[in-house]
Amino acid sequence: MSADSHGHDHDHTPPPDQDGPLTYHQTMEIAVRELLLEKGILTADEVRREVEKMDSRSPEQGTRVVARAWTDPAFRERLLADGTAACEELGIDMGPTYLVVVENTEAVHNAIVCTLCSCYPRMLLGLPPDWYKSRNYRSRVVREPRAVLKEFGLELPESVVVRVHDSTADMRYMVLPKRPDGTEDMDEDALAAIVTRDCMIGVAVPRTEVMA
Amino acid sequence: MSARFRVGEPVSVRMGHSFGHVRTPHYVKGKRGVIERICGEFRNPEELAYARDGLPKRALYRVRFEQTHVWPGYTGTPGDTVDIEIFEHWLRPANGTER
Repeated sequence: MSADSHGHDHDHTPPPDQDGPLTYHQTMEIAVRELLLEKGILTADEVRREVEKMDSRSPEQGTRVVARAWTDPAFRERLLADGTAACEELGIDMGPTYLVVVENTEAVHNAIVCTLCSCYPRMLLGLPPDWYKSRNYRSRVVREPRAVLKEFGLELPESVVVRVHDSTADMRYMVLPKRPDGTEDMDEDALAAIVTRDCMIGVAVPRTEVMA
Repeated sequence: MSARFRVGEPVSVRMGHSFGHVRTPHYVKGKRGVIERICGEFRNPEELAYARDGLPKRALYRVRFEQTHVWPGYTGTPGDTVDIEIFEHWLRPANGTER
């Protein structure tokens, strides 16, 4: 056996890189960033730290908010009245975000979209999933929400009103899911564990069954 | 802040052209809705996008639209709605003739 052949016959061509030609906006971002560095307005380390901070946020923050609202009726009321202030009570840094929390009930199901771009409550949910940014989701959930939710595995009865919230300007949205039946004995941590990112976007509902 | 419209008031969205960075989605131009809440006052994104200061701040509303009104042939349930943030200068009283 030669040094190059180690018992299989693939040709060791590396997979192609994802680096296609830069788009217009990618080029602009690089140009602006380089100018900010050259002029001493930002340092490369500051830029890196911000990117790291953005990447480190996760839906775990949002699940804490939901679990608290399920277990503390006064907090739930404050959350629905002023989402930003209520999240700050839990020590979450909301930055400049104006948060509107919309509550799912027996009668109403809420879903979030940004048809114009990809506005998303990053402080609570981290980076948006790719499908949230896709033209398919953005254009369709606003026009045929029930069909789109069904594709996510969520079929809603006609007795439930569907409210879509289009984040077109300065508000950001989070869905407060309906607490599932049979969770009366669960504590806050256990409740937080059944809440997922998609439940807080409104394309799923929390389930108590253990997933296979 | 000064807000021209009250919660619950019927409004319609102006049929203006969307030059530049406009945050009013085309699909509700000319549609009627109801003020769901007053969000506060914010800098005008149509100015901010061009490095201007966006002042004076403009009142921002959440307007609730009936889906069956927004989309002809909507296949969901009649009570379904879409709630959209719209700046005051894109709204007019629903029953008025003002453009």
